[in-house]
Amino acid sequence: MSDKKKIRVVIAKPGLDGHDRGAKVIARALRDAGMEIIYTGLRQTPEQIVTTAIQEDADAIGISILSGAHQFYFKRVIDLLKEKNASDIIVFGGGVIPEDDIPSLLDLGAGAIFGPGTPTSTAIEWLEKAVLTKS
Amino acid sequence: MGVTEFEVTEFKKAKAVYESRVDKTLQKNPERKAAFTTGGGIPLARLYDPESLEGHDYARDVGFPGEYPFTRGVQPTMYRGRFWTMRQYAGFATAEESNARYRYLLERGTTGLSVAFDLPTQIGYDTDHHMAAGECGKVGVAIDSLADMEILFDKIPLDRVSTSMTINAPAAVLLAMYICVGEKQGVRADMLSGTIQNDILKEYIARGTYIFPPHPSMRLITDIFDFCGREVPKWNTISISGYHIREAGSTAIQEVAFTLADGIAYAEAARKKGLDPDDFGERLSFFFNAHNDFLEEVAKFRAARRLWARIMKERFGATNPKAQMLRFHTQTAGCTLTAQQPENNIIRVTLQALAAVMGGTQSLHTNSMDEALALPTEKSVEIALRTQQVVAYESGVTSTVDPLAGSYVVEKLTDEIEAGAMEYIRKIDEMGGMLHAIEKGYPQKQIQDAAYDYQKSVESGDTAVVGVNRFQADEGTSHRKLLRVDSSVEQRQVEKLRKLRESRDNVAVKERLEGIRRGAKDEETNLMPLILDAVRVYATEGEICGVLREEFGEYVENIVL
Repeated sequence: MSDKKKIRVVIAKPGLDGHDRGAKVIARALRDAGMEIIYTGLRQTPEQIVTTAIQEDADAIGISILSGAHQFYFKRVIDLLKEKNASDIIVFGGGVIPEDDIPSLLDLGAGAIFGPGTPTSTAIEWLEKAVLTKS
Repeated sequence: MGVTEFEVTEFKKAKAVYESRVDKTLQKNPERKAAFTTGGGIPLARLYDPESLEGHDYARDVGFPGEYPFTRGVQPTMYRGRFWTMRQYAGFATAEESNARYRYLLERGTTGLSVAFDLPTQIGYDTDHHMAAGECGKVGVAIDSLADMEILFDKIPLDRVSTSMTINAPAAVLLAMYICVGEKQGVRADMLSGTIQNDILKEYIARGTYIFPPHPSMRLITDIFDFCGREVPKWNTISISGYHIREAGSTAIQEVAFTLADGIAYAEAARKKGLDPDDFGERLSFFFNAHNDFLEEVAKFRAARRLWARIMKERFGATNPKAQMLRFHTQTAGCTLTAQQPENNIIRVTLQALAAVMGGTQSLHTNSMDEALALPTEKSVEIALRTQQVVAYESGVTSTVDPLAGSYVVEKLTDEIEAGAMEYIRKIDEMGGMLHAIEKGYPQKQIQDAAYDYQKSVESGDTAVVGVNRFQADEGTSHRKLLRVDSSVEQRQVEKLRKLRESRDNVAVKERLEGIRRGAKDEETNLMPLILDAVRVYATEGEICGVLREEFGEYVENIVL
């Protein structure tokens, strides 16, 4: 990997959830940290999210979800990545997600889940390391 | 109140003495920060005194409760007459579970209902639509047809309970269902009282549950104004909402500004339709956030009331006092709740509720301590309701009207928030009104910038959040009892829907849906009666919105980052 290559991240809002404050804040924080950000906007199907990530040659997909439908959407996105042989794309996320639900999301293959109150710097550091380890 | 020259001289002398004392104190003990501001960023002076209110005119700017410009409240006696409506927003899973929750709340002294719908319902999809997968019953109750609505209000007398429904893009459909449930209970439409949110502009700006593009959306809204003016006269036809704008990250001034600018857009649309501001103005209601900064929030409610009264009178020529009054619901700020040390949220909610009451709210929802993690449990909802009851019955602030009026700082902040909001409204007017401002992404960008600034300020520690960046404790949130909605809910709801489609009169459904289609094509037709006809024969929400989607198209988000 060349040192110059910027980390590319798709920030995604799956499903019908309209809460985009967190998605936009994390998108800007990652951008300010020097990453390239593709923000999908609202109401994306898992298929659209995965297609965007592959087309954009993304290193990671960050899923923001506050509607309680996280189990469903993380599973769909991760399964689709597998189907398309794109499991090298890191999946992480945040939102209103109870701590008890995190282990099962990690078991599915999510790299990290950041709950309410997480500083953006924590997510940035984690993502930089995760992308570095992967390549 | 004549102030003599002697008194002015004495005041100036005393103030000079105080200021020299401050200087001495500062040399020994500097203040905690170089500059103090409200939570929304308004600079705060060390001290406010009579000089702070120079040019302030009590009769013009404050006046008496129940009188223009309503700064001190919309009723002459406020809570000495009757407390605000304690209205807890609730709804989850299917109609059966939510009906049980409403009856639980009513038994415990809640005085009005507030229905939370799940996302498919809010966006006009039936539960069996592919876009609805995974979302059924998660953030609210799943309602597909009148059959669900009948269950939702089973054994709840609609002539005795007022109901607020957080429904926007498909508000006409859910209102039609409510009217039909009333009919079945023998309650005429003109006896129903309640509110539909019906505020599409803030969906484009901040909340995201839009369906149709702006033009047909505004038509649906004014069709509802017109229909309810004749048929459902006690109904609040819109709840113009700053709540979600604030939750998305705006400042207090922006919350007032963008909400009232939305209000102006609705009033203009109604006037263009030929409706009289003195009539429709009476049925406009508002919805604000109660955030952390206590004094700023109290001032915000007072400023919003005064500014709206001035707008209705000066801009729209309303002379009916009821059409000048800003009546509002308040919800405590969900975005201030922390997942860390959730019990602290009870205290936050208490202070926010107190601000709403000192600001003269007409109804109030208090958030539950566990809402940074999930929908609230019965126990935490009960604490939230009890919080309101303690403020109402024990705190004493309800015994005199607008108790913070005359406080130098509160009056000053009230003036500053009004002036700041007017400045934004002027800019929006220059852009050609709120619809154009939204197209340009203006309010969206302002809100996002404020949200990002806030996040940075929390991370730098400038903004303190107890339990998050101060006084942290090592604690897991796991194994707390949380409310869960599992996937069997979706299966049950899909099965109900399948049976409904088998058992209803499908010929009638088809015919009435075609009626809506014809109506949609003709701008002069009021869609409300056609939607009522379709709902009555159990056409589903998704079918009705589906026809309207085909005719009106769908809104495409203007992504601003």
